[in-house]
Amino acid sequence: MSTATLEAPASSNGKKLENLETVVIRFCGDSGDGMQSVGIQMTNASAIFGNDVCTFPDFPAEIRAPAGSLFGVSGYQLCFSNHDIFTPGDDVDTLVAMNPAALKTNVADLKRGGTLIVNEEEFNKGGLQKALYDANPLDDETLMAKFRVHKVPMTRLNRDAVEGLGLTLKNADLCRNFFALGLVYWLYDRDPKPTEEAIRSKFAKKPDVVEANLRALRAGMNYGFSTESFTVHYHVPPAKLSPGKYRKITGNEAVAMGLATMARLSGKTVVFSGYPITPASDILHDLSMYKHFGVKTFQAEDEIAAMSSCVGAAFAGELAVTASSGPGICLKGEAMGLGMMTELPMVIIDVQRGGPSTGLPTKTEQSDLLLAMYGRNGESPLPIVAASGPGDCFTMIQEAFRIATEFMCPVIFLSDGYIANGAEPWRIPNVEDLPRLKIDHITTANGENGAYLPYKRNEKLARPWVKPGTKGLEHRIGGLEKKDVTGNIDYSPKNHQHMTNTRAQKVANIANFIPEQTVDGPAKGKLLVISWGGTYGAVRTAVHQAQEAGKSVAHTHLRYMNPFPRNLGAILKSYEKVLVPELNCGQLSLLLRNQFLVDAKGYNKVEGKPFLVNELVNVINEFHG
Amino acid sequence: MSVDLPTLPTPTLQSKDFASDQEVRWCPRCGDYSILAQMKKVLPTLGIPKEKFCFVSGIGCSSRFPYYVNTYGLHSIHGRAPAVATGVKLANPELQVWVITGDGDALSIGGNHFLHAIRRNIDMKIILFNNQIYGLTKGQYSPTSPVGKKSKSTPYGSIDHPLTPLSVAIGAEATFVARSVDVDIKHLTMVLERAAHHKGTAFVEVYQDCNVFNPGAFSYATEKETRSDSIVYLEHGKPLIYGKNREKGIRVAEGNRVEIVQLGGDVKEDDLLFHDEKTPEPSLAFLLSRMRHPEFPEPMGIFRAVERSTYDESVTKQVEAARAKLGEGDVEKLLNSGDTWFVN
Ligand SMILES: Cc1ncc(C[n+]2csc(CCOP(=O)(O)OP(=O)(O)O)c2C)c(N)n1
Ligand code: SF4
Ligand SMILES: [Mg+2]
Repeated sequence: MSTATLEAPASSNGKKLENLETVVIRFCGDSGDGMQSVGIQMTNASAIFGNDVCTFPDFPAEIRAPAGSLFGVSGYQLCFSNHDIFTPGDDVDTLVAMNPAALKTNVADLKRGGTLIVNEEEFNKGGLQKALYDANPLDDETLMAKFRVHKVPMTRLNRDAVEGLGLTLKNADLCRNFFALGLVYWLYDRDPKPTEEAIRSKFAKKPDVVEANLRALRAGMNYGFSTESFTVHYHVPPAKLSPGKYRKITGNEAVAMGLATMARLSGKTVVFSGYPITPASDILHDLSMYKHFGVKTFQAEDEIAAMSSCVGAAFAGELAVTASSGPGICLKGEAMGLGMMTELPMVIIDVQRGGPSTGLPTKTEQSDLLLAMYGRNGESPLPIVAASGPGDCFTMIQEAFRIATEFMCPVIFLSDGYIANGAEPWRIPNVEDLPRLKIDHITTANGENGAYLPYKRNEKLARPWVKPGTKGLEHRIGGLEKKDVTGNIDYSPKNHQHMTNTRAQKVANIANFIPEQTVDGPAKGKLLVISWGGTYGAVRTAVHQAQEAGKSVAHTHLRYMNPFPRNLGAILKSYEKVLVPELNCGQLSLLLRNQFLVDAKGYNKVEGKPFLVNELVNVINEFHG
Repeated sequence: MSVDLPTLPTPTLQSKDFASDQEVRWCPRCGDYSILAQMKKVLPTLGIPKEKFCFVSGIGCSSRFPYYVNTYGLHSIHGRAPAVATGVKLANPELQVWVITGDGDALSIGGNHFLHAIRRNIDMKIILFNNQIYGLTKGQYSPTSPVGKKSKSTPYGSIDHPLTPLSVAIGAEATFVARSVDVDIKHLTMVLERAAHHKGTAFVEVYQDCNVFNPGAFSYATEKETRSDSIVYLEHGKPLIYGKNREKGIRVAEGNRVEIVQLGGDVKEDDLLFHDEKTPEPSLAFLLSRMRHPEFPEPMGIFRAVERSTYDESVTKQVEAARAKLGEGDVEKLLNSGDTWFVN
């Protein structure tokens, strides 16, 4: 750490270094300004230093919206702390706004007394006009009085820093994000080394770009160090996380790593079929680099083909998986039904985003729960699991496959945009401790006289999984209703009832093979708050705050959405009130009310943003009374 | 060959070994029966054990086919068989995969998958039973029904311009394209055999009589009186000659066209179009596919049979190359990749 040098009086330039516990920073600018990239760099630097981190990248659906426009603003918020944290923070301590549009769309989230850093040169006539400002907000004294404002001529300072490298002005300006990052690094006493290494490796083939970005970063740091405008900077000591070796991970990275790990450890091929869609595409990107783990990736012509090829790959005896988001999951419905009917194992990943229709492609939402539950024709229940955060994706994707292969059925894995793109420190597990799939492809007949009976079930009601190519077990299956045991086509009334019941019973029985639900807080009391998916962190933090304030409130977080854990009903009945905060219009509450006749009350929001802790604390207080 | 011949001699299989225990439920005199019979004749001749075949179909009368062949089979959903079969082949490249589809299944609801399977050249045989009608849903017109076709949904006659399946396949640069007729038993057997031996997507259109909803749609190509004037057999390296007395031929005319000529007199056999199924350039095959009844005799046989690497093979090669370069995936290394740090 550079702390020591900076603290030394001679090199501190007379500036104070104060300790803080938790800091929330947001970088925002044009979608071409490289805000995501510097956000990720600061996250890495903070994680490597040992802080707990939690991030919230928030970017527009347009790749390059008109420069300077309000809808083209891209933001990256990160929170780092000296203790464990579960959300990227509500209010922002330091806001970096690269242009007027970024200021306008983000300033409301900056704390009173917070630090505002702007690239003042962008606050010119054109920039102000594009952001629909009548007057320059930097001249608005009432607004500026609320914050500690630093108007920095970033464009010029950055150009000066890279002068002599022969860059065009346009290319020189592309380094401004690293200038801003450097300034924030000085302000929060971050070690720039990991970032410098990242720059070197990212642009390895372009030495001038490496040099320019390194200079920009240094210039930003030096600016903070030398200019009089900054008198104090801050230090956030490392967090006391549970001991172990850590890395940073996003949800999509964790899914891909989980699948590659599973392929290798179980000695099976993972066949991944997908069609690009935000925010699920990164899973396809990552997996296509993991071929040597036994992963085959197939970019299909559409989601229908992706899902259909999963059914084919599963029939052929390998681990089939597809990933998409709401619009694509809709297209997969019919083929998912085929997977359900043929009782083949496969996993469907839904990285949820704002809907309906094309909706809000880059924003998070939890509104596909009912689609996952009911989005197929006929009576077609499927098991559903949901990851609670980025790291949990690694565990739950493998758990989804355990269920799929143990019970012979497609399993839906729910993630969301917030988990998929958000990053957190992840304690690297021991390879020996990781689960191995136990898969038994039978190779001898299971009926009399050498007959193979494809729908002869075991005690879990699962049918056998035969690999085509196995001598003597040739058989035909399909989407038509079939007779139990033999699998021959059978439309008779009693048989259809029996098969429908059996398929439902098989899924319901999974409740006996998943962990019981646990509660964080008192086992009985006034209020139970239930969450699922990506809202875990916010709900947990809010409930802890309410508990500290003496409220009788407990929290339980669901990772198994269908079937629910077997003791959930009993838990629900142990509290006077049940509150279900969700980023949808009440989907889990509907399921809970339906299955348990409990008066679950929803707190619902669909603004394309995660919950703030404060708003949840208020709701909890209101409910608790 | 798409599947390596077993090194040990397998007991010779017979047609009856491929019969399943399921009762065949097509209408009497449906053309599907004949296609099934010829398929069961061809399969045992390929030197591939029974368990290494996988039949995948969509939905339609034709798509019931897999139930009647005693191999591995998957009766999937409407139009998606090429996509399902792609999954089968990706997961298990050792299988010989056959897709059975109908004109509605392949060209209407499944048009997209049909095109993409072909352009990727996945090693699978696609047999399209073209009866120019929706059989299973009881007689609506299909994407191959001729303009004017009266059907349940077109009481005033169809106004849709039909697709020519072979033109579509050739347009997508299929590496193997052929056509035959359900009742032309010998020819159909030959075509199926050739398809079976092709490495890559082999597309075969079979004119199939739907005896109930579109009887006689291809009578010009099957009836004794009309047949010899309505079809011309394609043979590699041979001129296109047809007619009761082999008195007519096909010649390439100016302006990228073909024309019908009478042999004898000025026109010699050498002036005719000589079929070359191996030309890499698909234009000739396309031109042949445009020859439609009644203006032209319709070509029967192998239009095109060229070699190109297959998708499934390339997938496997990339996996192997990655393993050769990076070694078997190391989970420990993967999990510890990127920046890591210790907390004590
Ligand atoms: C998604 C869906 N849409 C519609 C149908 C109804 N359907 C079944 S088969 C078929 C058409 C079959 O025609 P074709 O592919 O020509 O097969 P044929 O019966 O003529 O052999 C239709 C429309 C269906 N099964 N699934
Ligand atoms: S309806 Fe036509 S295609 Fe279908 S089985 Fe009957 S004759 Fe054959
Ligand atoms: Mg048809």
